[in-house]
Amino acid sequence: MQQNTLFLTTPGTYVARDHLTLQVEVPIYPDDLPPEQRAKDTATGQRKVAIPIHHLESICVFGLATISPPALDLCWENGVAVNYLNEWGRLHARLTGVADTSVILRRAQFRAADDPSRCTAISRQIIAGKLQNSRNSLLRAARETTDLGDKERLDAVTDALGRQIRDLPELDMVDSLRGSEGIAASLYFMVLALTLKQQREDFAFKSRSRRPPRDRINCLLSFLYALVRHDCIAALTVVGLDPFVGFLHVERPNRPSLALDLMEEFRPWLADRLAITLINRQQLGPADFNEREGGAVELTEAGRKRVIKAYQERKQETLHHPLLDQNLRIAQLPFIQARVLARHLRGDLTDYVPFVPK
Amino acid sequence: MLILVTYDVATVDTSGKRRLRRVAQACEDYGVRVQKSVFECQVGQKEWVLLRNRLLTEIKADEDSLRFYFLDEKAVQRTEHHGVDKPINLSEPLIL
Repeated sequence: MQQNTLFLTTPGTYVARDHLTLQVEVPIYPDDLPPEQRAKDTATGQRKVAIPIHHLESICVFGLATISPPALDLCWENGVAVNYLNEWGRLHARLTGVADTSVILRRAQFRAADDPSRCTAISRQIIAGKLQNSRNSLLRAARETTDLGDKERLDAVTDALGRQIRDLPELDMVDSLRGSEGIAASLYFMVLALTLKQQREDFAFKSRSRRPPRDRINCLLSFLYALVRHDCIAALTVVGLDPFVGFLHVERPNRPSLALDLMEEFRPWLADRLAITLINRQQLGPADFNEREGGAVELTEAGRKRVIKAYQERKQETLHHPLLDQNLRIAQLPFIQARVLARHLRGDLTDYVPFVPK
Repeated sequence: MLILVTYDVATVDTSGKRRLRRVAQACEDYGVRVQKSVFECQVGQKEWVLLRNRLLTEIKADEDSLRFYFLDEKAVQRTEHHGVDKPINLSEPLIL
């Protein structure tokens, strides 16, 4: 039976236990009440939902919600993990019972990571998703541009990416896949600046530079990638996978390789697209960045806040998920994709299917 | 699997009231109350064995009745609800 994840996002939510069910009490707030004033005594009403525990696989608590000790006990007895995330989706803690059932899944993950042919197969799917998404976003830019020179350059890169996608099935080593991905990335970043419609002089961009980023776009991209990475770490951990053991990315101490794998398909349409939109809509300007001595560029505090806000708002929008044939909020997609990956590792799905939005 | 559980418990005496309470509690532990004595239970093999045993030990066969309808997954989507107290669908994303 397919189990569900309960997301608690309303501040002041209380979860109690009644026999084998969780009783969730969700406060109702007036719409115009600012988020910081939302607490138990400002609520105008309450909605009660009863959930039999066998329906759940995990609970994700965002921000301020309380789960009573008997309710926690019910979760532990039934192998339901309770994850505490802050309101930005960063995972702070995870409570599981001693009998953590995800051990079978994690063993499957480690076995696959030790098997070069499975690493290749999963990496190929991940890269195919990323290339497809990169190509789609450049195709869109090519359709929208009015400058013939720009269009020509964009078309050349989308053609090259299309050829690379076609050739992926022939690459049978992780290293050759990594090589292909590297070529695709440099082609993509070569023309990314052409998708800018505004502020082209202030946001000049030639190629990707990091640690430290050396221009404003690189700085913005690095920051957005960090946000996506946190979401992916949280999603993988919640599903029961080890975010540090990857297939495409090599393991290194403290490197969340699997989160880096999972986020590849999200980079073009979530992070890159948002960076371009923020600049095009002039929601970010040169004043939101500082240049440090030595050429490193960083976001100012106000700029950082604006980027986080835009990112969180973007995650509330819905997209259609072709595999599940459902409309889902973008915030849920890392969780969904982590579960798709888990299903593949358990053997329920022949291939990992990356998310390619229409 | 989806099982629709419906029951009639005779509540003429206090032991009947007790049985009704306990039958309802067993159903609440495994399913969603859709009407007063009608529950939709989305359960796995294990939960079904537990729930069925619990219900069968609670009722008194010469006074009460129990009915189980075994429905296929599509039946939920084909169900219509009119009027108040639309039940929550526990298979959809649960974002509260």
